[in-house]
Amino acid sequence: MRWIWIDGFVEFESGRRASAVKNVTLAEEHLHDHFPGFPVMPATLIIEGMAQTAGILVGESKGFSENVILAKIRQAEFSDYAVPGDQLRYDAQVESIDDRAAATTGTVSKNGKPMGRVDLIFSHVNQAEKVQDLPDHNFVFTDQFLTLLSNFRRRIGEESRAAHG
Amino acid sequence: MAPSRDEVFSKVQDVLTDALGVDAEEVTPEATLQGDLGAESIDFLDIVFRLEKAFSIKIPKGELFPDDVMNNPEYVENNRITSTGLVRLKAMMPHADFSAFEKEPVVSKMPDLFTVKTIVNYVETKLKAA
Repeated sequence: MRWIWIDGFVEFESGRRASAVKNVTLAEEHLHDHFPGFPVMPATLIIEGMAQTAGILVGESKGFSENVILAKIRQAEFSDYAVPGDQLRYDAQVESIDDRAAATTGTVSKNGKPMGRVDLIFSHVNQAEKVQDLPDHNFVFTDQFLTLLSNFRRRIGEESRAAHG
Repeated sequence: MAPSRDEVFSKVQDVLTDALGVDAEEVTPEATLQGDLGAESIDFLDIVFRLEKAFSIKIPKGELFPDDVMNNPEYVENNRITSTGLVRLKAMMPHADFSAFEKEPVVSKMPDLFTVKTIVNYVETKLKAA
């Protein structure tokens, strides 16, 4: 299984906000253990979905030159749970950003209805800083994450061409 | 008009209870962020972001929580801040109370300089300058 917890972006405004969706499916192995006979998406993975949405938003604003690391969960509250067949939507906004870190706020919706809030802090681990045991290349924004954004841009391009004939 | 010291304190208290998950009663003026309130390194960035938002101020890197003194060999010797280092630190942190630290300026006691009062002093100065 690949560590990608969003299926695709549906909105992306550089440096400001991004929205992504995630369809919960029984093809996900862990749902058969969490819990047997009662599959529920773990809340930790919903947080991860927001972290990937917001993390790509933060990383893109710096041209993916920094390793953007989830450093702190400021707040994570859920009023509902998600099961196979549900679609989650992550709406993330940049609250603050500077060269050291970024703070984001976000809401999680299930099938169009709000079901939670996840506020995060990301730290920039600059590749220029020789932090011990960190690889030289950008180990956060690998191709699998960048593909999410290129897929979104391709789709927007196709829609725009279709609309303008 | 600049807010009163009580108003600044009350907002700082809110920022710290939210950022550190502590109770408002624990956030006394003398409480140290790390020792008493359990702040970790990333919390300092969180606090900076929250202060910027709460008071509509901009906090440049290293102004509230200077980090270059400890990394400078000229300022640290045998885990103690040198006299040059102390002068530099005081100049960088006019908002901190050095009276206790000065007596034994060991690096391990440095976090004690960052109290709730240190933040209130800093924000007050910042708001007056605005």
